[in-house]
Amino acid sequence: MEIDLGTQMNFDYSETQQMVATSAKEFAEQNIRPHVMKWDESQEFPIEVFKKAGEMGFMGVLVPEEYGGSGLGYHEYIAIIEEIAKVDPSIGLSLAAHNSLCTNHILTFGNEEQKRKWLPKLATAEWIGAWGLTEHNTGSDAGGMNTTAVKDGDDWIINGAKNFITHGKSGDIAVVIVRTGEKGDSHGMTAFAIEMGTPGFSSGKKEDKLGMRASETAELVFDNCRVPDANRLGEVGDGFVQAMKVLDGGRISIGALSLGIAKGAYEAALKYSKERVQFGKPISSFQGISFKLADMATEIEASELLLHKAAFLKNTNRKVTTIGAMGKMYASEVCVKVANDAVQIHGGYGYTKDFPVEKFYRDSKLCTIGEGTTEIQKLVISRNILK
Amino acid sequence: MKILVCISHVPDTTSKINFTEGDTKFDTNGVQFVINPNDEFGLTRAMWFKEKQGANVTVVNVGGPETEPTLRKALAIGADEAIRVNAEATDGAFVAKQLAKVAQDGGYDLIIAGRESIDYNGGMVPGMLATLTDANFVNTCIGLEVEGNEATAVREIDGGKETIQTSLPLVIGGQKGLVEESDLRIPNMRGIMMARKKQLTIVEPADASNETKAVKFEKPAPKGAVKLVSPDNLDELVSLLHNEAKVI
Repeated sequence: MEIDLGTQMNFDYSETQQMVATSAKEFAEQNIRPHVMKWDESQEFPIEVFKKAGEMGFMGVLVPEEYGGSGLGYHEYIAIIEEIAKVDPSIGLSLAAHNSLCTNHILTFGNEEQKRKWLPKLATAEWIGAWGLTEHNTGSDAGGMNTTAVKDGDDWIINGAKNFITHGKSGDIAVVIVRTGEKGDSHGMTAFAIEMGTPGFSSGKKEDKLGMRASETAELVFDNCRVPDANRLGEVGDGFVQAMKVLDGGRISIGALSLGIAKGAYEAALKYSKERVQFGKPISSFQGISFKLADMATEIEASELLLHKAAFLKNTNRKVTTIGAMGKMYASEVCVKVANDAVQIHGGYGYTKDFPVEKFYRDSKLCTIGEGTTEIQKLVISRNILK
Repeated sequence: MKILVCISHVPDTTSKINFTEGDTKFDTNGVQFVINPNDEFGLTRAMWFKEKQGANVTVVNVGGPETEPTLRKALAIGADEAIRVNAEATDGAFVAKQLAKVAQDGGYDLIIAGRESIDYNGGMVPGMLATLTDANFVNTCIGLEVEGNEATAVREIDGGKETIQTSLPLVIGGQKGLVEESDLRIPNMRGIMMARKKQLTIVEPADASNETKAVKFEKPAPKGAVKLVSPDNLDELVSLLHNEAKVI
């Protein structure tokens, strides 16, 4: 039967999208896979991999070609993060933070001069980007931040510290949101791009983490740091609103990261279940295992659909807040559950470092926390559906 | 220099191979296809010619529309244009005749084919192509330099190497050694986007017949279970290797 394409929704990757995904997969197999456990154990941030990712065009996925980027959309972006995360979630996390937080903030809210100055460096990985909203005492309640910028002539003087910042030590530039008005006022914050080496700007303690250990997380410290007004991104007072918009896209990132982790853990469990023989049969022939696999496969499929719907809305410049939050929340909860079940299917071996699932299990937990906890996603979703 | 690189569209080496229609046809269901590895070494060598000496690189494949992603990947790696001969690649003679037509129409100085494709492993096409186009031919080529009209090719021979001086036009049957695995390129994002704009010409096949027909395929016997022998029991190991595996 001939089907009128006008009555269809297209769920296929295009040839280009397929090629992008294959390139990311091959890149990860060649440049990441052999070193995963070494980087995890030593908590080493492998900067040379990001330089290579820059040559591939993975560090400025969404940046238009005129600024040195790859000029791709969110479907390709999901494919790249997912393929990298399947091999090493911590590299996926760093790519996500670089692309969708720092770089995307400058791309979305920077003026032409700022974009020309910083985007080509970021998109090629000549520079690594960081982004700072969270502080020691203000995580979900970001509006209560204590880091301040005070106008002094043509400059701003910044004091305070940002916490849990990806690339807080190795980053070459950080976009930070600081308070320029009253505490709690959503229009009392402003965003600045601050280059490493600016006097008064330094890195603090690097966190020792449960998972995502090859992705560097550190503190940014500002001690009378003088930043020219030319480094201000957008208008005074717009910083918080900008951050929320950046996080709308960032949720797709963390969703893609979650999807990659879930697929990596599921594929390992599927393979193991067919190879591991107990009571004379592969364990995949027992319903206790096969039903788990069925649930995992279904939930992964649902995550993927939700995320690509969010990508579709984002690509077509429509409001993505609700679906993005749904995708992030759902995919991240699924990845924690899938990683947990993948360890369970592996039994004792799953608890050892000889199999990849213990790392997926540790890495997965970041996804329900970073860039807005599951609880905050529920807040966002419920506020929007009850409007 | 005008270079033509012949690209076969073959199953990924990790694919599970099955046959249908009474073991006469390869089952493509669920199989991932890639550029034939021997051709990919040649394609990468062609990229080096292009970058170091200047060359125009065309890739060609004989196959249906389903082989276009493989050609597009070659474009993303850096080939300038692609030609697809719109016909099923049935046997070596048929494919060689199709490629010869493309080669003659394009007037290429150097034609790089893989020594063999890793699907049917016929290994016939490069030699036939050289004959049909009246070009020189070096098979199992593991090194190639071209200066003006002169070519120096290194061939793998049993246990050693042979260096051959020859001239263009030249057909080589290439393999690993032309470049190494670590030299192979993953298409980057810019290459992928540029490939969308490059010319992929579809030509109808020349009139040619098959000279052979596959009547049956057989798979090797499936791998048996692993037998573990205790380290203390060397006699049993020797006996198993001798009597059962028949390898010593």
